[in-house]
Amino acid sequence: MPLVVRIPGPLRSYTHGAGTVRATGHTLAEVLEDLDRQFPGIRFRFIDEQQRIRPHMRIFVNQDQACQLDHGLRDTDQVHVLCALSGG
Amino acid sequence: MLVTAMAGALWIGTRKGAFVLRSDARRRSWKLAGPQFLGHIVHHIVQDPREPRRLLMAAKTGHLGPTIYWSDNRGRSWQEAKSPPAFRRAAAGEPPRAVARTFWLSPGHPSETGTWYAGTAPAGLFRSKDGGEHWVPVAGFNDHPMRPQWAPGNGTPDGEFLHSILVDPRDAAHLYLGISIGGVFESTDGGADWAPLNEGVAADFLPSADTPFGHDPHCVVLHPARPDRLYQQNHCGLYRLDRPARRWLRIGDAMPRRIGDIGFPVTAHPRDPDTVWVFPMDGSKVWPRTCIGGRPAVYCTRDAGRSWHRLDAGLPRSQAWFTVLRQAMCADQAERAGVYFGTTGGELWASADEGRRWRCLARQLPEIYSVSYAA
Repeated sequence: MPLVVRIPGPLRSYTHGAGTVRATGHTLAEVLEDLDRQFPGIRFRFIDEQQRIRPHMRIFVNQDQACQLDHGLRDTDQVHVLCALSGG
Repeated sequence: MLVTAMAGALWIGTRKGAFVLRSDARRRSWKLAGPQFLGHIVHHIVQDPREPRRLLMAAKTGHLGPTIYWSDNRGRSWQEAKSPPAFRRAAAGEPPRAVARTFWLSPGHPSETGTWYAGTAPAGLFRSKDGGEHWVPVAGFNDHPMRPQWAPGNGTPDGEFLHSILVDPRDAAHLYLGISIGGVFESTDGGADWAPLNEGVAADFLPSADTPFGHDPHCVVLHPARPDRLYQQNHCGLYRLDRPARRWLRIGDAMPRRIGDIGFPVTAHPRDPDTVWVFPMDGSKVWPRTCIGGRPAVYCTRDAGRSWHRLDAGLPRSQAWFTVLRQAMCADQAERAGVYFGTTGGELWASADEGRRWRCLARQLPEIYSVSYAA
């Protein structure tokens, strides 16, 4: 069962405007892989080539921040990709 | 090619998006359009001289990672690269490198349609062979055994930039690049191997300038009409190098003492190898990096740096404290070359007569990072 992934505004150009999409996987890495398969290019904008979450991005699983891509997931989890408060 | 009248466009990369000024054939009337990619940090927009309808743009946002966009209809619509510049995955024990920004774009050799180079921060060199759609690291530079010494990460506050990627029009395998901070480097085998090229260049921020690398070139140009001639605007002066010599000559010594020879850009005349324009900035005391005395001026040499002439007619006479960044000055191809620069204060200035008179084409844009001419 694909789980829910919430997409922030700056990344919705990849999801054709959708703020909520679904993706499959048992870890964050697998879900983001599936997300990128559906929406090519989206992953690199918030995960760098060394598989690190970019400095001004955050990922939450339900209410808890996930800092590693090997974070395990259940079908009922929600993944929130968020833009951190930064800028100017 | 000598062009007496031409319509053209100035592509303007800013901290908050891309803009374009389009001119009539006489370059008298300019119309501003944009923004495109509002809110994106646009470092460079460059036309492909081999396929003039094609443009590449290097961009990111404050949150999102860096990418490349390309257009094949002169910027009316854009597509994102399928694989933007990215370092290879770090091996165990190796420091991981990730592209923070793609800073510089250069078209490849005229014989290599579709080839482009990109320079990044941290310092990395990348190549595309399909017009900017897919990018791969140039391992000969990025994994050179000396690279950790050449570019150790002692960059400026915004990072360590790889820029000024120059392709010898006589030889596709002959390349130059600059790193701030790192120096100028040369490859004669298509990027497989590199060597420093910094003799004669000052490095006041090092214990000794007598070092083969570690210098701070701000901008380097290869003169299209005489490819053996290079000009360099460095953090520590203005230089010329006529190959095959390896020692740079400090032509900034001929600048007026009160002006000095510090700045970011250097722009070559489209045909005359003895003519370049620079925009001096205040590099005294604590390095304000502003117009000297609040009085902006372009300086031009027409004798390869033996003498310099101030060109400020039409520019503000006082209280102007902007900076012109390294990618923010360019020239067009007209018989009487147009010269253009953008400021950190969001103004775009133009001269239709090689710098003799200036007029402001646009104001109140975001901070201008780059200005490039597209025929």
